[in-house]
Amino acid sequence: MAEAQQAEQARQGDARVADARLAAAARAGDALLAAAIFALEPCAIGGITVRTDLGAACERWLVLLRELLDEAVPLRRLPPHIDDQRLLGGTDLALTLGCGRPVYARGLLAEADGGVILMSMAERVPARLAAVVAGALDSHSVAGAAGQDAQPARFGLVALDSGRGDEEHCPLVLAERLALHIDLHGVHPDDLLSTPIDRAALTRARSRLGAIQVDAEAITALCSAAAACGIDSLRAPLLALRVARASAALDERDVIDDTDLQSAARLVLGPRARVVPEAPASSELPADSDSPPESETLPESETPQNAHAPPLPDAGDELDPQLIAAARATLPAGLLAGIGGGAASLPRSSTAGRAGAAIVKGRRGRPAGIRNGRPRHGSKLNIVATLRAAAPWQRLRRAQARAAAPRVIVRAEDFCVTWFRQRSQTATLFVLDASGSSAMHRLAEVKGAVELLLAECYVRRDQVAVVAFRGRAAELVLPATRSLVRAKRLLAGLPGGGATPLASGLALAHQLADQLRRRGLAPLLVLMTDGQANIALDGSAGRERAQQDALLAGRLLRAAAFKSLLIDTAPRPAPLARLLAEAMLARYLPLPYADARALAGAVQSAA
Amino acid sequence: MGAAFPFSAIVGQDEMKLALLCVAIDPSIGGVLIFGDRGTGKSTAIRALSALLPPSKVVADCRYGCDPARRASWCSECLARPARQQAITKSVPVPVIDMPLGATEDRVVGALNLEQALNSGVRSFEPGLLAQANRGFLYVDEVNLLEDHLVDLLIDVAASGENVVEREGLSVRHPARFVLVGSGNPEEGELRPQLLDRFGLSVEIRTPQDIALRVEVVRRRDQFEREPQAFMNTWRKHEQKQRREIIAARKRLAGVRVDNAALRWAAQLCMRVGTDGLRGELTLIRAARALAALHGRSAVGSEELVAMAPPALRHRLRRDPLDEAGSTLRIERAIGEQGMALG
Repeated sequence: MAEAQQAEQARQGDARVADARLAAAARAGDALLAAAIFALEPCAIGGITVRTDLGAACERWLVLLRELLDEAVPLRRLPPHIDDQRLLGGTDLALTLGCGRPVYARGLLAEADGGVILMSMAERVPARLAAVVAGALDSHSVAGAAGQDAQPARFGLVALDSGRGDEEHCPLVLAERLALHIDLHGVHPDDLLSTPIDRAALTRARSRLGAIQVDAEAITALCSAAAACGIDSLRAPLLALRVARASAALDERDVIDDTDLQSAARLVLGPRARVVPEAPASSELPADSDSPPESETLPESETPQNAHAPPLPDAGDELDPQLIAAARATLPAGLLAGIGGGAASLPRSSTAGRAGAAIVKGRRGRPAGIRNGRPRHGSKLNIVATLRAAAPWQRLRRAQARAAAPRVIVRAEDFCVTWFRQRSQTATLFVLDASGSSAMHRLAEVKGAVELLLAECYVRRDQVAVVAFRGRAAELVLPATRSLVRAKRLLAGLPGGGATPLASGLALAHQLADQLRRRGLAPLLVLMTDGQANIALDGSAGRERAQQDALLAGRLLRAAAFKSLLIDTAPRPAPLARLLAEAMLARYLPLPYADARALAGAVQSAA
Repeated sequence: MGAAFPFSAIVGQDEMKLALLCVAIDPSIGGVLIFGDRGTGKSTAIRALSALLPPSKVVADCRYGCDPARRASWCSECLARPARQQAITKSVPVPVIDMPLGATEDRVVGALNLEQALNSGVRSFEPGLLAQANRGFLYVDEVNLLEDHLVDLLIDVAASGENVVEREGLSVRHPARFVLVGSGNPEEGELRPQLLDRFGLSVEIRTPQDIALRVEVVRRRDQFEREPQAFMNTWRKHEQKQRREIIAARKRLAGVRVDNAALRWAAQLCMRVGTDGLRGELTLIRAARALAALHGRSAVGSEELVAMAPPALRHRLRRDPLDEAGSTLRIERAIGEQGMALG
C-alpha cells in the first residue's frame, strides 16, 4: 500500500519534472527563433527583452546571436550609468584641446548605427535613459550637438532584464518598442547549442523580405489576438506582423501562414498579455500544459482589475483559436498566478526600472545636473565639464599668459559643478491589515483614512505603494506609483476578511521599503492594523508565534531605520498595537482619536 | 530620416487631429497636451505636421526664422540688417522640433559657438532648439519625465515668447514663439501645474476599441513602411486638400464673428464646471473660432463650442486628485445641464 503510494508520488514528481523540462525546452526553442528573427532585421524588429538570471544559458544565447550577426555589424554594450556625452555624442575633450578646434565625437547610439546595442541590467535603467533610447528607436536617429545635424542611429536593442519578481523589469517605454520578449529562466545551455539557421540563410531570407505578401486576414488575426490579450498598444500587432513576416522569410516562403502567425503570437503578444485570453467557445483548444486550468474557470468578479478595466473590444468571429493558444503559451507567469489565485492581476508598474545607480555613500541625494558655478555645499566640482568649458579659450588665454603658463589654463569662470538633489522624494508605503478582525468593523474607515492620506501625498507629489495582508499571506497590491487614481481604484476593490498574517505584511513592506530606498526614495511606512496577529511568518496558525514574529519583523524595520507610523484600527486602542509600534519605533496613533486632519498632519510631519 | 507618415492617413483620433489643426490655424490658442495610451500614434500625428502645413515665409538670412511681414517680432539681428537684406525672403517648411528628454540645457537654449571661439576668439551664439522652433512647434514626448530644470526653462520661454541667454559670457535674446506640444502617459506621473497652464488644449487619446479600426491602423502603417513612396502618392490628394483647408481657415479666421450669445454660453459653462481664472474661457472662444474658420463658417456656433469645450477646459478644472469621474465627464455633464442652444 505504502509502496504503491510512494510509487505514485514518484511518478507524479517525475511528470512534473518532465513538464518543467518540456516548458524550458519550449522556451529555448523560442529563444533560438527569436535570435534568428532579430538577426534578420534588428532595426525593424526593434529588439528583444531577455528575461534572464545572467547565467550560462544567457551567455550561450548571446554567443549564438553574435554568430548570426555579420562580423561587420557593430555590437555595443550600453551600461546603465552611461552619461549623455557618451550616449549622444558631443565635443571630444582631448582632441579639441590637442587640435585647437572643436572636434565632435559620435555617441554610442550613433556608433551603433546599423548594428545592435546590448543593454545589461535593463531593469536598473533610469527612466530618462530609457526614454532617450526609446526616442532613438522611434526616430532611428539622435539629435546632434548644437550646430550639428541629427545622426542616423538605426539599431536593434537587446535588453537583458535580470529583474526578480513582477516589480523589477525593463522600463515599459523600452519594452513596448522591442518586438520580441523571451525568457531564459530554467533553460539549459545545452538546449542552445546551435541555431536552426546560419548567416547565409539569413542573407537569403533578407532578400526575400520585401516580396512577402500580407493579406488582410493575417492583420485581422493579429489585431484580434492582441485585443483578446488585453493589449491596447497598436505597436504590438504591428511588431507582431513584422515578426510574422520575418518568420515566413526564414522559412523561405512568400506568404505568411499560420505557423508564422503563431510564432508572432508566442513571441510578441503572449508576453505582453494583461488578461488571460479566453478561447472562443466553439473551438477545440490543443492541450496546454503551461497554464493552470483554474485560470479558465475564474469568475470575472474576482479580478478587480477586470472590473474596472474598460471592456475589451469585441474581437468577434475573427479570433483564431490557434493564435490564442500560442499567445497563452507565453503568458507572463505572474499574470496567471495572480489571476489563478483570485487576486488582482497587477497592472505592471510603469515606474519599475526607473531605478538609477545606487547612491554612493557620502553624497547627498542624486546627481541633479551640471551647472556653471563654484563648488559649494550640495555640489561637487565636475572636472570634465570644467575642462570642457575651459577648452575653447586655451589659445586666447595662452596668448595673454606669461611664458610659464600651465598646459591647460583653467579660470574660476570655467568651474562646473554637479548638483545633488538634497532631499530625496518620499514614497509612502501603506501597509493595510485587511483581515477579518480589522475588516469587520474598520476596513471601510481605514480605506477612508488612506484616501485622505493619499490626497496629502498628491499635494507633496509623493509616490505611493500599497501592501495588504490577510488570509495566509501579504501581497503587493500597488507597486510604487505617482498615479493616485490607480491607488484609489485598487483600494476601492480591496477585499477584506480572513486571518491576520501581520509578520508577512511587515516582511513584505520591509523588502519593498528596501527596494524604494535603493531607488533613492525615502520610504515612509504607514501601517494600519489592530495588531491582532494570528498567522506566523511561515504561514502556520497560532496567536503566540504570530505575535512574536510580528514583533521581530517590527524590530527589523526599526533596525533598518525606516520612518514609520502605526495607526491602530482596533475599536479601543489595544496594547498589542502599541507594543508593535514601540518595536518599530513608529509613531502611534489610535484611529478613534485620529480624525482626518490629525492623520494627514501625522504623515506630513513624519515625512 | 525618410518622409513622415501623412497626417490625413491617421485613422480616427479626431479630437487630437482637430486640436492640432486649430492651433495650426491660430497659434495664439497655446500649446497642445496629448495624454494617453502607448502606441496610439501621438508622435506620428505631430511629426506629420511639418509636411502638412503650408510653408512659411522667413527673412532669408535669419537664424530665427523671423517673419518678413511682422517687423515688430523681429530679432535684433534682423533689425540690424541693411534694408536690402531684410527684403530677401524664402519659403521654409514649418519647423516641428523634437525636444528629446536627453537634451542638454546648452542644446535647448543655445550655447557658445565653439568653432568661432577657437578659431577667431570671438564669443558668438550658436542657437539651440528654442531658436529652431520659433514660429513652429516644439514637441516634447514623455513630457512628464522632463527634468525639472528644463521644465522651468520651457515655462519661462513659453510664457514670454523670448529666449534670454545669459551664460558663458554671452548675452543674447531672441524671439522663441512656438506651439508647445507635449505628449505622455498619465501613469508615468503628473505634470507640474505651471507647465499644465502653458497648454491651451489638452487631449485624451485612447486606442480605438473597434477591431476594424485597429486593423486599418496596422495595415496603413505596414504599407507605409514597406512602400513609402507609393503610400505617399496615394495620400497626396488628401494632404493637399487638408492643406488648402488650413490656408482658407487662416484667411477666414479674423472675420469669424463671436456673438454675445456665444460668449455668454462659454462664460456660463466655465462657471458651471468651476475653472480658475479667465484663461479657460478665452481659450475656448479662440479654439471654437479656429474650428469655425476650419468649418468655413462666418460665426462661432454651438457645434464648435461643444466640440472644443472638453479639450479647452479639461485640464483647468479644480482638481480633486481622487475624483475618478474624470474631467471630460464633468464637462459633458455640464454641457448637458446647460443645453447646446446659444442665447
